[in-house]
Amino acid sequence: MVDIFYPLQWIADKLTYEVFGIAPDTHLGASVNFIIYDVMKIFMLLAVMIFFISYIRTYITPEKTRKVLGGKKGLHYHLLASLIGTVTPFCSCSSVPIFIGFVEAGVPLGVTFSFLITSPLVNEAAVAALWATIGLKATLMYVISGTLLGVFGGYLIGFLKMEEYVADFVYKIKVGDQAKKPEDLNIKERATIAYESVKDIVGKVWIYVIIGVTLGGIFHGYAPEGILAKYAGKDNPLAVPIAVLIGVPLYSNVMAMIPVMESLIGKGLPLGTALAFLMAVNAISLPEIIILKKVLKNELIGVFVLIVTVSIIFTGYMFNIIM
Amino acid sequence: MKIEILGTGCPKCKKTKEVIEKVLKETGVEAEVIKVEDFETILNYGVMVTPAVVIDGEVKLAGKAPDEKDIRKWITE
Repeated sequence: MVDIFYPLQWIADKLTYEVFGIAPDTHLGASVNFIIYDVMKIFMLLAVMIFFISYIRTYITPEKTRKVLGGKKGLHYHLLASLIGTVTPFCSCSSVPIFIGFVEAGVPLGVTFSFLITSPLVNEAAVAALWATIGLKATLMYVISGTLLGVFGGYLIGFLKMEEYVADFVYKIKVGDQAKKPEDLNIKERATIAYESVKDIVGKVWIYVIIGVTLGGIFHGYAPEGILAKYAGKDNPLAVPIAVLIGVPLYSNVMAMIPVMESLIGKGLPLGTALAFLMAVNAISLPEIIILKKVLKNELIGVFVLIVTVSIIFTGYMFNIIM
Repeated sequence: MKIEILGTGCPKCKKTKEVIEKVLKETGVEAEVIKVEDFETILNYGVMVTPAVVIDGEVKLAGKAPDEKDIRKWITE
């Protein structure tokens, strides 16, 4: 297969070895080359991916979504909700209003959770950074398993019939309908919105990308080969659960974690363990739990966290077995 | 004029408030700016993606921070 990113590697090599005059085969050379190449590739894919997904998103508003999913039961609606979740990364401050909006429209609790689980888990910024660093195959595995995790987790919550563990006030709220957005945006307006979100998201995450790539680059250049294979390799059965349990409460920008994970994989961390850690960082965080506590009772939050955590650990093991 | 900013404290909500106050100062338009944080009111307006801007009970924008041009238009209408 032709490597479409070859020109970036060429530029990174030129800059590192010729412009900066750092000798190849040195720790510094390896670090600097890693940093230059990663920064270019991540920002390029970020821009393309955010533009593309944001454009699609102009067609999928929460208002429309809750209408489509209202009163719908069945596994295929879990899949639909989860897929919609993949293209709609709302900041965690919007998850509560959306949750209430869904419940009020009669979207079953389980279907709502399929959406809620996937929405932060699979988002275009993380996908772009994963693709740029760990590769397309691992990224597809991440997206597919993340989507299925939303389907499965939501289905299980629906199956457990936990409706009574939603805060009572949620069922009393009436959602008005005056915020309906005009749906007749033209191509130029949609493109403008997409361009704005590229600016918005890149403006927010660039610093984390730089931090992550720099840490990853230093580790890549200076850490001994195979150091992680030795301590956190596939033959250590505790590595996956420990990685996930660290990732769950961690409120870290995943954009910084991804390049670090890339360098850890390079030193022998199994791919499944790394992906499970990233999923855990994305899927659940303490601030998100605190926000959800406003609408969910502790029992339901506990079940939600438990299901997602166990599923991610399982996914990590599975990847380590099949890769 | 009553300007309500709907949002639950995300960074964009703060930005929305700053931009609105800036424009009010520049244009000298008198308005009462209120931050609405309770979900019930936010959802009663039909808003699910915050921040949103409501002027005299009418939702002007939801889901992103407004730019100065938008605000100028709304408050001088």
